[in-house]
Amino acid sequence: MSPFSIAALVRKPISLLLFLCMISVPAPQVLAEEIPDNDLLDDAWKTLPSKNYNNKAKALETIARQNPPQALPVMKAMLEGQLYYSKHDKALYFLQETGDNYTFSPVFSGEQISQENRRGFKKVKVNNRLRSTIRQLLAVMQLKHKDADIRLAAVQELLKKPEISASHLIKKAVESETDSRVTTAMQTLLAVIQLEKGDETEQRSAIKTLSQSLNSSAMNALRDYQAPTETLKNAAQSAIKKIDDKRDLYAKAETIFFGLSLGSVLALSAIGLAITFGVMGVINMAHGELMMIGAYTTYVVQLLMPNNIGASILVAIPAAFIVAGLVGIAIERSVIRHLYGRPLETLLATFGVSLVLQQTVRTIFSPLNRSVETPQWMSGAWQINEVLALTWNRLYIILFCLAVFAALIMVMKKTTLGLQVRAVSQNRNMARAMGVRSTWVDALTFGLGSGIAGLAGVALSLLTNVGPNLGQAYIIDSFMVVVFGGVGNLWGTLVAGMSLGVINKLLEPWAGAVLAKILVLIFIILFIQKRPKGLFPQRGRAAED
Amino acid sequence: MIKATLKKLALATAITTVSLSSAGLSWAEDTIKVGILHSLSGTMAISETTLKDTMLMLIDEQNKKGGLLGKKLEAVVVDPASNWPLFAEKARELISKNKTDVVFGCWTSVSRKSVLPVFEELNSILFYPVQYEGEESSKNVFYTGAAPNQQAIPAVEYLMDDIGVERWVLAGTDYVYPRTTNKILKAYLLAKGVEEKDIMINYTPFGHSDWQSIVSDIKKFGSAGKKTAVVSTINGDANIPFYKELGNQGISAEDIPVLAFSVGEEELSGLDTKPLVGHLAAWNYFMSVESDENEDFISAWKTFIKDKKRVTNDPMEAHYIGFNMWIKAVEKAGTTDPTAVQEALIGVSVPNLSGGYSAMMPNHHITKPVLIGEIQKDGQFDIVWETSGLVAGDAWSDYLPGSKDMIADWRTPLSCGSYNVKTKKCSGQNY
Repeated sequence: MSPFSIAALVRKPISLLLFLCMISVPAPQVLAEEIPDNDLLDDAWKTLPSKNYNNKAKALETIARQNPPQALPVMKAMLEGQLYYSKHDKALYFLQETGDNYTFSPVFSGEQISQENRRGFKKVKVNNRLRSTIRQLLAVMQLKHKDADIRLAAVQELLKKPEISASHLIKKAVESETDSRVTTAMQTLLAVIQLEKGDETEQRSAIKTLSQSLNSSAMNALRDYQAPTETLKNAAQSAIKKIDDKRDLYAKAETIFFGLSLGSVLALSAIGLAITFGVMGVINMAHGELMMIGAYTTYVVQLLMPNNIGASILVAIPAAFIVAGLVGIAIERSVIRHLYGRPLETLLATFGVSLVLQQTVRTIFSPLNRSVETPQWMSGAWQINEVLALTWNRLYIILFCLAVFAALIMVMKKTTLGLQVRAVSQNRNMARAMGVRSTWVDALTFGLGSGIAGLAGVALSLLTNVGPNLGQAYIIDSFMVVVFGGVGNLWGTLVAGMSLGVINKLLEPWAGAVLAKILVLIFIILFIQKRPKGLFPQRGRAAED
Repeated sequence: MIKATLKKLALATAITTVSLSSAGLSWAEDTIKVGILHSLSGTMAISETTLKDTMLMLIDEQNKKGGLLGKKLEAVVVDPASNWPLFAEKARELISKNKTDVVFGCWTSVSRKSVLPVFEELNSILFYPVQYEGEESSKNVFYTGAAPNQQAIPAVEYLMDDIGVERWVLAGTDYVYPRTTNKILKAYLLAKGVEEKDIMINYTPFGHSDWQSIVSDIKKFGSAGKKTAVVSTINGDANIPFYKELGNQGISAEDIPVLAFSVGEEELSGLDTKPLVGHLAAWNYFMSVESDENEDFISAWKTFIKDKKRVTNDPMEAHYIGFNMWIKAVEKAGTTDPTAVQEALIGVSVPNLSGGYSAMMPNHHITKPVLIGEIQKDGQFDIVWETSGLVAGDAWSDYLPGSKDMIADWRTPLSCGSYNVKTKKCSGQNY
């Protein structure tokens, strides 16, 4: 039964009472302890459009206690910013937006209004504090929701402010709870409340329960705990230590994950360069701009398929590879091929190309940053436990990096193109004598490196801004990784990227982001002094020249 | 004695009248030149191009109204290309070669510091439209953006009193504006009784994009049971990855709100604002302000730029105020001579876009209201709080030991930008 159909009945107290007797009100009976008082409720509804947030919060508490059927939908609408009131009679409306059409459905009686703008209506304003009050109230109402996930979220919301929830409500709820995760969370909540308000035996068992929990409210409760006896005090101390140790362990795991994820971004942006710079020996300063082209391709693909953001990223991957690859081939054919064997000129020429590409993008797309929307399946985090959560987008990027790397190794090792690339890079004259069209191989190799830069661009577009300066931010890092890993060695690039990422993240909490970066640079400079050819130097004849 | 003086006076008047009228004759076809010193290429182009267009619009409108002192205004646009030394060169070019009577420009503090000596040497006028760290007052610069007490301090007061924040993260990009602002904020918070352990300060490089560890630190810092907020002086580009990471790690605006000083409508336009909704920003103007002046300004801007989706922002309002102040001062002085206009500017009051009036103070800063807005899904701000009256810009912060006793007053007889009330000395500029 929708709240709208019952709406008409609510204003009349008798029919409401009848109504409550007739049907069992769905979830939130936990709070229905007060005798319905319709004057109070009416006042509360009227307060919502007012300006004072404190009054609004009080009104919402009244509404939650009285718990009429509209309470739940109204609070949800307020959270979403979809509760409006009409300017002339202050009646409340739900807003539904469909394209350019705005539909206002009345919360109580009245007609549904559909129009092209929001004229005549004003939003019921909500600020952060009010929002968290609403969430708390909603949480209490949803403790008996039929969906276990929602119950869990509700308990976790209550855990944020344990002092306001009443222990008898939780006790009642925990008895009828079937889901083990929710039970654990509820017991933690109960323990937090009992630790402060219970008697000694309750406190003792509360400490025991809390020592198993990683929740920060549990930790804070233990820290603030005023123990009445020495034994309880010691118990609390050892519980804190136990939790601290566990949290430290997870924090370390988290740091390693952060490092690997930064490393995968570094490696991904450097792999393309490992081919153009490492294998072909071209110092390509436009490498960053090729990443930028990949990122802009993602943006354009999303523009072309606005209703399918989830799939757009998958389409963008081959698209970015092709676009960036073709631009790369064009650069090679028009500029670089005339400059082989002249590294300084190549450096300057490709730097020029990078400026041209940047300004082109500025002209076409404007200097403002463009937005690439993160698809739903990539946002949020994989919550392993209360402390450790791995963000999905980073996880996917680590996997993507490894996949790109594996594919590239396959191309180099198993295909004719790969064979020819290796042949040309090892000994150009000999390869030509064997019938390899070295110019054609050069173009394709450069295209391959550029295409991979484009792929890196797709990943970057999900992490950072898509703008004309995107490439500049990554070009230095890319060169750093390739040089550190050993020029001409793909495995070196991967290992170097990952280890630089981890080193950076290990240093960061201790030294700060700015200093960590500097320290990494110093480390590389010293390392190159000792081993000029990087981590995995090329051996054999190719390394001689 | 008196007779002689009168005679002299009459003579002087006669001469002035003659010279003025003759000048008027010869200048009839001439124009008044307005210099625009904003980067149109390079990293800062993203923000500054809009201000150039704003100035062109304002000049265009003024010319439609009949110009100034019977002459047309002419815009002289140069491109300092986000290159700080080039700012000084271009400023010199504008003043000496193009003979501009006033310059509107600069965005970053370092660009302002770079042009300052040029403006002081050639005695010209610069209107600077961006919020900045204060601790400066030059005879030749008029600061129409917010000083720290017009943005940072009221914003922190709001968080403290209305949201009940007890634990503070001051996060910023590593350069002069965030460092000075955070220094002021820290001193302020300590003075308000916040403990040292409840303040976390963090700096990141320009364009920082890997926020994982920092956000995770903030999360840990915020889980100590006290309400926590982030006061962000993170610069433009680095903001989006920061907010994205907050969203991904499950930190909502209700858990730990982020209050930013550098995120405005322009930065949000066309972005995926989902992860930002509910976070806060403090400015002196929002596009969503309800006033007649604002409606007019927005529609004029959209017509001028021929784009219905273009937004307006705080620095644009600052130029609007600054330009109108200059016009009024020139009319008051009857000349565009910099010294006369500098004197005339003090005390000038013009309508701002939030429905009130802004006045130029003797310290070359202006009065403005302070607004706090929550970011909405459409990239606009919902104003949740504002100061009851106008706040006068304070060049020298009251919360820093070195500048507590300093005042700036460019009226005679003091005529000093850094006067120490204790030692009674004018220390002159030292930057």
